[in-house]
Amino acid sequence: MANPNGIGASVRRREDQRFLTGRGNYTDDFKRPNMTHAVHVRSPYAHARILGIDFTDALAIPGVVAVLTGADMEADKVGSLPCGWQIHSKDGSPMKEPPHYPLARDRVRYVGDAVAVVIAETREQARDAAEMVVVDYEELPAVGSSTRAIAGGAPLVHDDAPDNVCYDWHLGDQAAVDAAFANAAHVAKIDLVNQRLVPNAMEPRAAMGEYDQSTGEYTLTTTSQNPHVTRLLMGAFVLGIPEHKLRVVAPDVGGGFGSKIFHYGEEAVVTWAARKVGRPVKWTADRSESFLTDAHGRDHVSHAELAMDADGNFLALRVSTLANLGAYLSTFAPSIPTYLYATLLAGQYKTPAIYAEVKAVFTNTAPVDAYRGAGRPEACYLIERLVDVAAGVMGMDKTEIRRRNFVPKEAMPYQTPVALQYDTGDFAKNLDIALPLVDYPGFQQRRAESKARGKLRGIGFATYIEACGIAPSNVAGALGARAGLYECAEVRFHPTGSVTVFTGSHSHGQGHETTFAQIVAERFGIPIENVEIVHGDTNKIPFGMGTYGSRSLAVGGSALVKAMDKVERKAKKIAAHMLEAAETDIEVKDGRFTVAGTDKSLGIGEIALQAYVPHNFPLDELEPGLDEQAFYDPKNFTYPNGCHVCELEIDPDTGVTTIVSFAAVDDFGNVINPLIVEGQVHGGLVQGIGQALYENCVYDEESGQLVTGSYMDYCMPRADDVPSFTVRYHEDQPCTHNPLGVKGCGEAGTIGAAAAVMNAVVDALSEYGVTHMDMPATPEKVWRTIRDATPAIAAE
Amino acid sequence: MYAFTYQRPTTLADAAAAIQAEDAKLLGGGQTLLPTLKQRLARPTDLIDLGAIPELKGIREADGGLEIGAFTRHAEVAHSDLVKRVIPALSSLAEGIGDRQVRNMGTMGGSIANADPSADYPSAVVALKATVTTDRRSIAGDDFFTGMFETALEPGEIIKSVRFSRPDKAAYAKFRNPASRYAIVGVFVAKFGSEVRVAVTGAAGSVFRAEAFETALVADFRAEALNGLSVGSDGLNADIHASADYRAHLVTVMAKRAVEAAG
Ligand SMILES: Cc1cc2nc3c(=O)[nH]c(=O)nc-3n(C[C@H](O)[C@H](O)[C@H](O)COP(=O)(O)OP(=O)(O)OC[C@H]3O[C@@H](n4cnc5c(N)ncnc54)[C@H](O)[C@@H]3O)c2cc1C
Repeated sequence: MANPNGIGASVRRREDQRFLTGRGNYTDDFKRPNMTHAVHVRSPYAHARILGIDFTDALAIPGVVAVLTGADMEADKVGSLPCGWQIHSKDGSPMKEPPHYPLARDRVRYVGDAVAVVIAETREQARDAAEMVVVDYEELPAVGSSTRAIAGGAPLVHDDAPDNVCYDWHLGDQAAVDAAFANAAHVAKIDLVNQRLVPNAMEPRAAMGEYDQSTGEYTLTTTSQNPHVTRLLMGAFVLGIPEHKLRVVAPDVGGGFGSKIFHYGEEAVVTWAARKVGRPVKWTADRSESFLTDAHGRDHVSHAELAMDADGNFLALRVSTLANLGAYLSTFAPSIPTYLYATLLAGQYKTPAIYAEVKAVFTNTAPVDAYRGAGRPEACYLIERLVDVAAGVMGMDKTEIRRRNFVPKEAMPYQTPVALQYDTGDFAKNLDIALPLVDYPGFQQRRAESKARGKLRGIGFATYIEACGIAPSNVAGALGARAGLYECAEVRFHPTGSVTVFTGSHSHGQGHETTFAQIVAERFGIPIENVEIVHGDTNKIPFGMGTYGSRSLAVGGSALVKAMDKVERKAKKIAAHMLEAAETDIEVKDGRFTVAGTDKSLGIGEIALQAYVPHNFPLDELEPGLDEQAFYDPKNFTYPNGCHVCELEIDPDTGVTTIVSFAAVDDFGNVINPLIVEGQVHGGLVQGIGQALYENCVYDEESGQLVTGSYMDYCMPRADDVPSFTVRYHEDQPCTHNPLGVKGCGEAGTIGAAAAVMNAVVDALSEYGVTHMDMPATPEKVWRTIRDATPAIAAE
Repeated sequence: MYAFTYQRPTTLADAAAAIQAEDAKLLGGGQTLLPTLKQRLARPTDLIDLGAIPELKGIREADGGLEIGAFTRHAEVAHSDLVKRVIPALSSLAEGIGDRQVRNMGTMGGSIANADPSADYPSAVVALKATVTTDRRSIAGDDFFTGMFETALEPGEIIKSVRFSRPDKAAYAKFRNPASRYAIVGVFVAKFGSEVRVAVTGAAGSVFRAEAFETALVADFRAEALNGLSVGSDGLNADIHASADYRAHLVTVMAKRAVEAAG
């Protein structure tokens, strides 16, 4: 009988009970006897020299325990926050990697850069004292944008990064692309900006450091998506604490979207300070700090050209991108606009030649790193906007030009000209499912009806493919990764048959406690209630690389399957002994071990008991216990893909865009829990729609001040801004190289949605001759575009 | 927040006495004041909570119009059957303020005392020929708002209630800021017999009347009567959400929509 809570069941999230009743345990909820509170003193300037720091008055505030600065860290030989990925420029030189100290030493480089930390009995006392710290700044000219960074004579963010360039990188066959352009019948071109976004996890970042003098052990409790990575980076590179003396705990974490992958300075500060003051030290960001100091996302300025033959077949793609990395290199920053972006520029199309150049620059803004989708939304947006422009150039239907250029299913596995090898995908099928969902033939009539009501209606398509399940460690290593990208799992059967799973993957909204348990329940035929999933603690989990890049199930789930394989192999041996049969005669199904052709069988529970009470056990052959661990290193990336369609209406009087319908058809390979997948898609779509219509992180170009530093100015999408989504998936194309056949679903919505929405906006405005608009399509921008295109109407 | 002394008087007289303390502040629903304190942008010694004073609460019919106590929450105005019957435009204005949490806390007195240029109520105060009653005097709605975040209130003066006249027809049309949901432009149109008032909020430093619009609507109370009219962009607000000329354009669009909605 199928397990009611097994693979494919829409099991409700087990973790929601505690989240919805306010019983989650987040970093800020932890309280320790004698705990102190840290508040950072942050730079109000985008760029300045620190001439001196006077904290005499701060120390006089009641309750203040200590004020510590970069000089104290330097004296203690605290290192720079390391970067986990090294890129080499076209000329072979390594990227510029200026130091990034947890507390600035001589210069601050963005508004929010930390210069000192105040530690006090209460948070309010620490805040009072932080206001009394007098920092003598000599303000320096600042660079508030990537275009300004490369303009001649721009101030230098780092003296050792000439022209503010971190690296100037490329990928692909430039000569082949040039040759194809020389022979092209048609060329489509686009200039676009993929604007900067603030990640806005619901839970702000927080960190608590503890030091046990008697054992010499440090504990960091932190809002992290990958506690082992933080342990490695902070222990080995920043504070010089060996792994066995450093425990990192990432308890319940309220959303990350990438921003909590990275090792941040505050984590090192509280851990180091805990020893200095001899007491636990806790820091929790307020929302203003989150805006200023969480690693931001996107921020590309690109030019792209697509060469086509006379029939609209794509011949070559040429892309040039300027990427803003912010003031310092965040942990994975260099990889995002390179190997997570340019490698995806083939999209779903069989374009034979692609060449991409990416210049990454430093600016006096918050560091930029992975944000949901990380590079792939930027690639999808660029390709899909360009394909729409190409359809216009060719006078072709937007679905037809896509269909004509899709990599056909039969061509799988398909080697792209930009390094990746797609294992599976049926792109035409995604489109075939989507078109009836949105009644594409009826669109012209709906457009006419809108027009009669004075509204402009548009429809937009976006197809996407992403590389997830990162990553084969050797491949990543060859491309510059300084870490492995496998995952680890341990499956521990207890004597009475319940199971604890330890996974190096981390759940901060993904629902691992449900999906991972479903996989175990299914495999061993046991109730889901008998399975506990433990994650987020380096003292409990053997090892882990964490959660990002939609990798939890594809990599972490695969490690889990490997560990279950080992458990089953051992259980089979025990069963053979107990049933007095040859191991080869034992058949295993759903956790039952049966002697072939007989009714003699044992359940996994009985075997587990024997493993721990080994009275009838092959002790000379096997160790007691039933507890297995596995590492899984992926063989390839996984390639989720899909087709998103957005239909919307624009009110030309105000410029307001209203999304009427949105359909997402996705191929995530096999699906473990449809309910959770649908939830992930919904959230992703809302974030993509947010980028298209609402969100925009604005810095003043000259002063480097953050203009959109609160929700009064930074517009988040809300429930009433989005329609009810139509979400479909198919399981025809499972991943070929991992045991569950899964591809990942966490980022897909965000990747496809922004392009689909913007293509629909431009479609709605097409009668005004509009071929492109940069995001976000704010009411004023849309209104102005219409007005400028129709001087006669504006004058009326 | 900086430390302060919290007081919760139960009579208006006690509140009036308490607010005399130097650097004391009145607390309404706290939707503006508390964020200001959390960001340490103000440092009052005392907070005088007005929430336990019966005289400041309630919605009554008065002189054919409505009298609404200063400590009446936006949600109460939005959901009141009395308001829906007498001045439905006022209840729909209240329903469009901020979000549910803000409406459940924010008060009418706090809103108009604060005189945020993008707040909604100021347009109703002006368009509905309101009178603001304080613990000291009555102030005509037309004289109440004196500038950006400025009113005719003297230091320590407490708003008791606001009295709104009942129009024959009225409607409020708001173009909300997509981020904050305050008004980028809000236009309240009210018709009293042969008189028409068009009060504009959000567009400038303070609420103002669009007199040319009023004249046109007196002659012909239809949206088309506003064709070709504009308040002009001189002196209008400009920020990352809306430039002055976009705001000027929106004033006309919203005024037309309000006239249409008023019927
Ligand atoms: C997220 C958000 C969205 C919002 N959106 C909107 C919107 O769309 N439209 C809109 O109009 N408003 C909006 N607001 C403002 C809100 O609706 C409140 O009206 C406003 O914050 C002030 O009302 P309050 O009762 O909260 O006053 P408080 O914040 O308590 O006080 C504000 C000021 O008024 C003074 N005060 C309070 N009561 C009195 C009184 N009886 N007499 C004299 N002085 C007094 C206080 O001393 C203080 O200076 C929004 C607020 C937030 C936080």
